[in-house]
Amino acid sequence: MLELAIKGSKRYYGLLAALAGIAGLGGAFWLWQLDFGLGITGMSRDVSWGFYIAQFTFLVGVAAGGVMVVLPYYLHDYKAFGRITILGEFLAIAALVMCLLFIAVDLGQPMRMLNVIFYPTPNSILFWDMIVLNGYLFLNAVVGWNVLEAERNGTKYAPWVKVLVYISIPWAISIHTVTAYLYCGLPGRGFWLTAILAPRFLSSAFAAGPALLILLCLFVRRFTNFDPGREQIQSLAKIVTYALILNVFFFLCEVFVALYSKIPEHMDHLKYLFFGLHGHGALVPWMWTAMALMVLAIILLIPPKFRANENLLAISCGMVFLGTWIDKGLGMISGGFVPNPLHEVNEYIPTIPELIIALGVWATGFLVLTILYKVTVGVKEEAGA
Amino acid sequence: MESSRREFLKVAGVSAVGMGIGTQPVLDAFAASGGESGEAKAPKMVRGENALTAVHWGMVIDTRKLETAADLEPLIEACHKVHNVPHHEIKRHEIKWIWETEYHHAFPGKSNKYLNEGAEHRPFLVLCNHCENPPCVRACPTKATFQREDGLVLMDFHRCIGCRFCMAACPFGARSFNFRDPRPFIPETNKKFPTRCKGVVEKCNFCAELLAEGKMPACVEASNGAIAFGDLDDPESEVRKLLRENYTIRRKQTLGTEPSVYYIV
Repeated sequence: MLELAIKGSKRYYGLLAALAGIAGLGGAFWLWQLDFGLGITGMSRDVSWGFYIAQFTFLVGVAAGGVMVVLPYYLHDYKAFGRITILGEFLAIAALVMCLLFIAVDLGQPMRMLNVIFYPTPNSILFWDMIVLNGYLFLNAVVGWNVLEAERNGTKYAPWVKVLVYISIPWAISIHTVTAYLYCGLPGRGFWLTAILAPRFLSSAFAAGPALLILLCLFVRRFTNFDPGREQIQSLAKIVTYALILNVFFFLCEVFVALYSKIPEHMDHLKYLFFGLHGHGALVPWMWTAMALMVLAIILLIPPKFRANENLLAISCGMVFLGTWIDKGLGMISGGFVPNPLHEVNEYIPTIPELIIALGVWATGFLVLTILYKVTVGVKEEAGA
Repeated sequence: MESSRREFLKVAGVSAVGMGIGTQPVLDAFAASGGESGEAKAPKMVRGENALTAVHWGMVIDTRKLETAADLEPLIEACHKVHNVPHHEIKRHEIKWIWETEYHHAFPGKSNKYLNEGAEHRPFLVLCNHCENPPCVRACPTKATFQREDGLVLMDFHRCIGCRFCMAACPFGARSFNFRDPRPFIPETNKKFPTRCKGVVEKCNFCAELLAEGKMPACVEASNGAIAFGDLDDPESEVRKLLRENYTIRRKQTLGTEPSVYYIV
């Protein structure tokens, strides 16, 4: 089936070359980081996780979001989604590749990475995160590939594939739950120390993942002979709408608890993010932009008339993706580290090399996605012909 | 070529055994030689004759005897010198095992609006608390940071993968990360303590290496009696005597980590 990936138009190869170029540039900067150390980033002993781990957290959400097409199709027999389950699963694969790469580039001693397996430590949430992320990658790769191959051969996939599908559904929930547990179980970090963190992560995941999927579906329809389908896109849009509303609601619950209780350890992080603290407020404009994007997107997504207009829907989905990205990929991690445990304000701002490495990882993920989608579209076009 | 191939097979064979694929007797032999697969059977460590021992090491800092920054400087210097802590110019890369701060930062939850003169103006020493329930040990995915039987929370610099989960987990900001190679920034290397490489975390170790030689921690030695160090489990120890006679506080004890460093204010 992989041969479908190498028979493409000039435009396809151009896209691959561009993505590979960006990935290569990121790789070159990563080599520099390997040589110098993580000192080329903006991180410090106070903000010890930065842009890389924030991207990781956001992308775990995108990966988990894939389950929003798998679940209705396999558990509720919602037939329309049968057409796009592969797109959801392959998006999850690309997102997971990025997650694992972001973990790798964030390690101080990446060559010792396998110590996590050589000295398994079940009391560490990172150990479990390694298991659930790799497991989910495996499940999606096996299921996606087998289902697509069966479709190509005009047969039904083997029964054991269905077993893996059923396992993959709660597994998707687990990847983002465990990722939230990385943060919300730490005693000294008031911003994350909240039971709503995992639900909030999941709701933003189920908004961001399907929103990206809608954009990808529109892209695929425009540039290939495979149409993922109008009904499919409309159903996804409903999922995005509800998930986004839940995400904003959960966030407001958080805001209420912190601001009404006025407990400094919980309140000061929110103050820092939205109003600035002791004269430091690098993230203030970003956070308000994120909130504005999400609220505006809700307004544009709720009326069925607006949602049915696919051009407007594309704009709304772009806003959802960008808004949840700022919320999680910028504010969520550094917001938890400022102020620090001694209640000092030391801000974090990513450096240019750090951003280039991150961009390289994103490009690698989209390179994987392009190849996987090319194969998928190839199979669908063959079937349609 | 032939011999290097054989070498490779030998190494591969041993690695396979190390991963538990080999037969049992070989596994036992490997474990006896100190292999990781048989930690329970590892050779017994022998303690030095003069080594200082305790059931639970703890520290009492009498802040009344440390009035000014100048009083603290020799202590900090002694620690950083003996442990090869680098002096980085860029604040982002900074590494510190023990440092001074204000009362409000050392005890953010106990920061009274109106403080007595002493607490208001005195500098406070902060360092790893060697908690009884250390969140950093819970978080570490490789057991590179671990708790010894006598309560010391220590680091294996060779196992650390640099994920910095322990830094997020520590509620006291006690941990530092080597954002770059520290060696060029060590003014004078102490050959009796290892330097670190880039990409690993480090922190105060309560001078485990000095205790093993029968010496007190460097900061305690340099403190002219302002810092007491001893066995919290022993009612007759100096630290327990001080704790009986003085009202003391600990940093963020509401979090339940049970710090082993007490402060007389």
